[in-house]
Amino acid sequence: MPMSATPVSTSLDKDRVSARRPGGLAAFIENEANLGYLLLIPTVVIVLGLIGYPFLLAMYYSFTDKVMAKSEFSFVGLKNYINLANDPVFRKTILNTFNYTVTAVFFKILLGLFMALTLHALTVGRKFFRAAFLLPWVVPSSLSVLAWLWMFDPQFSIITYFLRSLGLIEERIPWFGDPTLAMAAVQTVNIWRGVPFFAMIILAGLVTVPQELYDAATVDGANSIQRFRFVTFPHILPILMVASLFSFIQTMGDFQIVWILTHGGPINSTHLIATLAFRTAIQGSNLAKGSAIALFLFPFLILIIALQLRYLRRE
Amino acid sequence: MSLSISKSLQYRSRRAFSRAILIVSLAFFAFFTLFPFVWMVLTSIREGSELYQVGKNPFAVKHLTLQHYYLLLTETRFLQWLGNSAFVAICASAIALVVGLAAAYSLGRLRYRGGGFAALVVFATYLIPPALLFIPLNTVVNRLHLSNTLWALIVVYLTFLVPFIAWLLSGYFKSLPGELADAARIDGASRWQAMILIDLPLILPGVVSVFFFAFTMSWSEYLYAFTFIRSTSKLPVAVGVVNALQVGDVYFWGQLMAGALLGSIPVVIIYSFLMDYYLAGLTAGAVKG
Repeated sequence: MPMSATPVSTSLDKDRVSARRPGGLAAFIENEANLGYLLLIPTVVIVLGLIGYPFLLAMYYSFTDKVMAKSEFSFVGLKNYINLANDPVFRKTILNTFNYTVTAVFFKILLGLFMALTLHALTVGRKFFRAAFLLPWVVPSSLSVLAWLWMFDPQFSIITYFLRSLGLIEERIPWFGDPTLAMAAVQTVNIWRGVPFFAMIILAGLVTVPQELYDAATVDGANSIQRFRFVTFPHILPILMVASLFSFIQTMGDFQIVWILTHGGPINSTHLIATLAFRTAIQGSNLAKGSAIALFLFPFLILIIALQLRYLRRE
Repeated sequence: MSLSISKSLQYRSRRAFSRAILIVSLAFFAFFTLFPFVWMVLTSIREGSELYQVGKNPFAVKHLTLQHYYLLLTETRFLQWLGNSAFVAICASAIALVVGLAAAYSLGRLRYRGGGFAALVVFATYLIPPALLFIPLNTVVNRLHLSNTLWALIVVYLTFLVPFIAWLLSGYFKSLPGELADAARIDGASRWQAMILIDLPLILPGVVSVFFFAFTMSWSEYLYAFTFIRSTSKLPVAVGVVNALQVGDVYFWGQLMAGALLGSIPVVIIYSFLMDYYLAGLTAGAVKG
């Protein structure tokens, strides 16, 4: 009997609610889909107007001879891309970007893992060290890179001082005068800034590994390396993949570290896609060629998005 | 008996060994992450003449001085840059919060055709590096007649703030228990009322922390500000300190380091208060996108 009373009271409630509902907008957004679309409108405007449109504009520019401060320009087909393919500076830049990204992401993962394991093993002061180690990641990078610029100063480099004190080198090192050293230097700064990001994400994963799994592995006779290999690592792998993919595309599009430290030099040996695009389009006014350069980031962005979505779906 | 003693000795020495590794590792990371900041502070509080001595111990601080800070605050436009950064960061974050919050509710709480696709697009835009868009955005900014204004930055920062906020907060909305809002609606609340009066207050802590993270992202942005702002008086601090304190090839390292430190303080304060929220958001952002 009480079961049959329930639908009656619900339908009464429904009547009462709908009777109270006014018309117009209020009635319109009472529909779940209508409210959903309405709330999304401002974001759609921004995504279409400030991301979609500029992106198409860049594609369009890359097939023209558009230069800054000149309204007429004409369609040139693939000319910009063909010129880039034959441009040794651009080829060097693509290689630099790969070298920079792969090396930096690799060391960020490796050092991030060690930093996370170190923090995880701490029994006292974990919170303090966690906050302190996060500083390179939170401080505006253009400002912290200034400290590195000073530390790599050709005359007064403190790093050179350390190396000389340790007896590792005799002479002063022109950090940004040598192509290999300059690349290593900008990579080091990128790694320095990114390690805490990985460490914090890995640490969050470490905390969620159930203690029983370690206990079970210990009972089965696993040593600490085996426990890491078979318990810890599989557990943090998904979160590490997502962080690595995110870092990969951000590192690839890096600008300020290289721009502030070397401006792409010496002899273009540290130019990345972003710095070469800036020099070409903004300093050199060649919007068409600059757009074509920057668009080389796009295929990698698509790849990263696809991989990210695969990982997120699997979760 | 002897076996168990040797076992416990073995155990103890292994513990001591791992503790030694821990201390070495901790020292390494402390030095690696913090030395640049130590060097910044040391440089900013010493007399200029002491900074440029070849062959002397660079850690022997003889004369402490605040002259770099004094000159920075009186002789440069540093305070103006701070003001510019604050204005841009507050406006951009506030606008992005309203827009992103609406989208987050829509994507996280409501079900409709195309919702999944919209969430996918928001996630994809969240990954776009600014380097891909700064050239055409320069044209867009010119067409909006915002070239060389702070509003150019406010508008352009929406491109990364809105996807960030929408993505992060939609995760919060998804994790809310739906029963409260359902109960309110059975009691006669409209969908709008359920959203404003029930769901929104529940994620308020998340909203506040996301606002501050948007603030720090705007405060730290470099490429767009460097591209769109030409007047020294209109630069945000993250660009002003880098660009304007360098005269020709001469760097005033004391002032530069003082500026870099003071310019970082607002961001560091925000993080020190919201560390736990930040880490939760970072990992949620990484796990859920």
